[in-house]
Amino acid sequence: MTQQPHTARAIPDRLQSPAVRALRSWESILVAVAIAIFVTNSFTSPYFLNAWNLSDATFNFTEKAMIALAMALLIISGEIDLSVASIIALASTAMGVAMQAGAGVPVLVIVGVGTGVLCGAFNGILVAGMGLPSIVVTIGTMSLFRGIAYIVLGDQAFTGYPPGFAYFGQGYVWWVFSFELVLFTVLAVIYWALLHRSSFGRAVYAIGNNATAAQFSGIRVARVKFILFLLTGLMSGIAAVCLTSRLGSTRPSIAAGFELEVVTMVVLGGVNILGGSGSIPGIVLAALIIGMVTFGFGLLNVPGIVMSIFIGALLISVIALPRLFGKR
Amino acid sequence: MNTLKNRDVLLAFAIVLLIGGVAARFPAFVRPGNLVNVFNDTSPLILLAIGQMIVILTKCIDLSVAANLALCGMAAALMNGMGVPLPLILIAVVLMGGALGAFNGLLVWKLGIPSIVVTLGTMTIYRGTIFLMTGGAWVNAHQMSTAFKALPRTMLLGLPVMSWVALLAIALFFVILTRTPLGRSFYAVGGNPHAAVYTGIDVGRTQCIAFVISGALAGLTGYLWVARYAVAYVDVAAGFELQVVAACVIGGIVIAGGAGSVIGAVLGALFLGVINNALPVIGISPFWQMAISGSAIVIAVALNATQNRPKGRIILKEVEPT
Amino acid sequence: MEPILSLRGISKSFPGVKALQDVQLDLYPGQVTALIGENGAGKSTTVKVLTGIYQPEEGTITVAGEVVQFANAQAATDAGVTAIHQETVLFDELSVAENIWLGHAPRTRFGLIDRRAMRDGARELLVGIGSSMDPDLRLGDLGIASKHLVAIARALSTDARVVVLDEPTAALSHKEIHELYDLVETLKAQGKAILFISHKFDEIFRIADRYTVFRDGQFVGAGAMKDVTEGQLVQMMVGRSVDQIFPTRTPNIGPPVLTVAGYDHPTEFADIRFTLHQGEILGFYGLVGAGRSEVMQALFGITTPSKGAVRIDDKVRVIRSTHDAISAGIVYVPEDRGRQGAIRGLPIFQNVTLPSLSRTSRNGFLRLAEEFKLARDYTQRLDLRAASLDQELGLLSGGNQQKVVIAKWLATKPRVIILDEPTKGIDIGSKAAVHEFMAELAAEGLAVIMVSSEIPEILGMSDRVIVMREGRIVDEVTGDAMTPERLVRAAAGIAEAA
Repeated sequence: MTQQPHTARAIPDRLQSPAVRALRSWESILVAVAIAIFVTNSFTSPYFLNAWNLSDATFNFTEKAMIALAMALLIISGEIDLSVASIIALASTAMGVAMQAGAGVPVLVIVGVGTGVLCGAFNGILVAGMGLPSIVVTIGTMSLFRGIAYIVLGDQAFTGYPPGFAYFGQGYVWWVFSFELVLFTVLAVIYWALLHRSSFGRAVYAIGNNATAAQFSGIRVARVKFILFLLTGLMSGIAAVCLTSRLGSTRPSIAAGFELEVVTMVVLGGVNILGGSGSIPGIVLAALIIGMVTFGFGLLNVPGIVMSIFIGALLISVIALPRLFGKR
Repeated sequence: MNTLKNRDVLLAFAIVLLIGGVAARFPAFVRPGNLVNVFNDTSPLILLAIGQMIVILTKCIDLSVAANLALCGMAAALMNGMGVPLPLILIAVVLMGGALGAFNGLLVWKLGIPSIVVTLGTMTIYRGTIFLMTGGAWVNAHQMSTAFKALPRTMLLGLPVMSWVALLAIALFFVILTRTPLGRSFYAVGGNPHAAVYTGIDVGRTQCIAFVISGALAGLTGYLWVARYAVAYVDVAAGFELQVVAACVIGGIVIAGGAGSVIGAVLGALFLGVINNALPVIGISPFWQMAISGSAIVIAVALNATQNRPKGRIILKEVEPT
Repeated sequence: MEPILSLRGISKSFPGVKALQDVQLDLYPGQVTALIGENGAGKSTTVKVLTGIYQPEEGTITVAGEVVQFANAQAATDAGVTAIHQETVLFDELSVAENIWLGHAPRTRFGLIDRRAMRDGARELLVGIGSSMDPDLRLGDLGIASKHLVAIARALSTDARVVVLDEPTAALSHKEIHELYDLVETLKAQGKAILFISHKFDEIFRIADRYTVFRDGQFVGAGAMKDVTEGQLVQMMVGRSVDQIFPTRTPNIGPPVLTVAGYDHPTEFADIRFTLHQGEILGFYGLVGAGRSEVMQALFGITTPSKGAVRIDDKVRVIRSTHDAISAGIVYVPEDRGRQGAIRGLPIFQNVTLPSLSRTSRNGFLRLAEEFKLARDYTQRLDLRAASLDQELGLLSGGNQQKVVIAKWLATKPRVIILDEPTKGIDIGSKAAVHEFMAELAAEGLAVIMVSSEIPEILGMSDRVIVMREGRIVDEVTGDAMTPERLVRAAAGIAEAA
């Protein structure tokens, strides 16, 4: 066909090089913000510029950011999972039960991660399988999963995890690099490849932009959505292992309010809350920014609940500001 | 509307069955005094469920109601501490709740931000504000005036004032939703926003009004709650928004908007209220409450979906019997 | 006679499109004026200007001699202009009476809605248009024809002086259409001015008193129906004579490709059987709602039929999803391209490669160079006009978006391509290009199914025509037997004239 003498004008593949495009993106604004916060923090507190303090600061965001990676894909596809914090509570409770039954470290990890996957599958069946709206379903399972944790624990707590279990939340791989930070980095690379370099990721974008057209293009929409809920559950399970290990105990109120911070991270990272666009580098940057701000506030002795006002206001203003000034 | 009525009847039947089941083992449960207690305990849930139902009718959701309730309740307690007269406090909480709702509504209306995001954000902002106002301190019973604490418990014709407030709200919003143009416009906006525009209804403005109503009801309930339990602190009614949404979903309010009724929301709230009150009676730990309302949401939304599934065009005239 | 409503010099543009340019329109009391024009001529925009949904940039609207401006839909209703739209815009969850009175309900002394007056008024209005419908029924439980009646009752409840009927018969059955004609007569007798928008000429000649023709957003002409012939109207609409539109082709029909037998769906269609050959264009004709799209969507795996067999090249293929269909070599270019075809937020090249990702990727990983190559090949072939292949699809014009959607399907190298109303909503020029292109595809040996409700298109393009009615195949015609009369009769279920 291409040999035919055709009047068609050749269309260039790209007008802007990917590098130019990257410079103009939301991510480059995030980089600038991150640098600004880094500099401000270094000036306001003498304790900020210290490798070990900075390393400690990463614990403020690693667990939430792991979930944010999967949540980003889910929101890009046009769904949402508000039950992630409750999945952590249930997974952590399951690990506590297993620990009391005398399970060793490997079994504890399997139980925690496995519970997360099962919870994700439950959400996935309801949303992708039965076609129910994800907001209500996950508001329901948010209550259900944590409710089960309350049934098991009441006002008690599980403590006394085996010493080897502490590694996941407290151990260091090398020098100041904690296990959690390294794990998050590896996961971020995997999710980057999944979203930006695989045909699965392309399907996620297509579904988020126009699920009907995606289905008409031969994409198994329900299957992709189910996998995304499964991944979100998986990441919540992994986060549960890390958080339980870091705290060394399980209370039913564990990880309360995490869903808000995860969603905020995703939105701050440039993911359109209505689906269709967003990137993994954006999520990583947003995680760093929230982590540094939390750390900075901590150094200034600002209480946690004030921090959450900040997160809530950030969530709204990140979406509101571009709309107010008509940029997006 | 007929299908909804059928559903309401089923739900009412389920509630009666539930009460009967408990009464079979524990006859004291159905003593009039206890039933009044159950209704009174459920009143805050009823009030918030009515507001939430109107918001959901317009295709939105308000997750900030419990935080709004806590903030207005704390404001009422603080005003009482400053010696503000009770009638002024009542007016103030309604206005304040309405204003907090209007903040949600304006973000949804003027900036087109999805309501789930707005109210997820304001939920923490409102609750955080309580901390900023008090520094985390509690307002306890001995810091409240007697009149302040007494009002919701005052008996009028055999019912406490709190129950009367709920009954009045039910009647008022039943009339508003079924008998006023504003009520119709809530249904129109949620049922077919595109067509609502053609009918001359401003979709965003109607949604904003729904948030104001939901907020004002939360504000009023905030006073009732704090006065009745005689304590105000940051975490008052934490997580209550989930029960409110559960009541609506159980009551057959379609989460996609446009369908639902005050009666449905009230029955949904009563269903949860009866369960919550029955649990201690039949000796089940109150820690079960959360999981029960969670599963109720999931089951109800699944049932709603199977009822409302589109039937297709049905082109063939004679459908073969199967 | 003075017109009750006049438009003069009305212009309205949207980013990149001039929808209306200096148009005029007059509506007279007690008369039906037909607004005629191809898709994209500006009819819908005119309706929206009349009903206050759009505000024109230039021009005047005069109602009963007074110049008015419709700031919103309410203002138009208050001035006595009301419209019944293509997709009836009403509320399924409300009752018939509530739908009729929404926005202007009768009130009691206390300012509350007077339910009794509402119900009685609704019943009276419905009786006035010959319906004994119960005003308490939920609208969602009614059929389309009944919904139209409710919409018309609603229009009458506002004391409308001008009633706009926007393709009211598009989804109605034969009998229902005749009832609608009677209703239009009733409205005329009541002195309403009626604007009637329709694509069907028989309809226009039957009920209209006057006509106004638009073409490409401009006024072409107006006059009395009795002074004009069908040919003249068509001439005005398209600006050239009709018989030139279709490409001449010598079909080269090969062996059977697709065989469908005993295809049954519990509610939508029954006993569908046909064979499609290589190089053939098979037309599917029928009224809207005859089940044609439903059959095609089942073939494409969107709905699953309860029984029946699909063979491609004599191999039985089980199609349970669109994915199965595409791997079997069947592709479907949907009627609703905006919703079902184009993914506007994604770049052009990603739209093209979406169903072919298994070929352009390796082990699930994308290969961008392959994707660009595939996209370049197929978009060039369709003579796409775009700045670059990584431009967002939504930035292109409608015609170019459609080229991308078609390129997407061709890139899967299908055996069978199904085109559902391929020229609906596109301008005359692009129409000819699509027809040309279909002829080319068939000549290259693709088997083509074309679903269309336009008789000229069906007759001009198809080698063979299957007619469907009420979910069943009622006729199959080839060669000289393919006449408009035979198709219309079969589709409408009218017996052959004795």
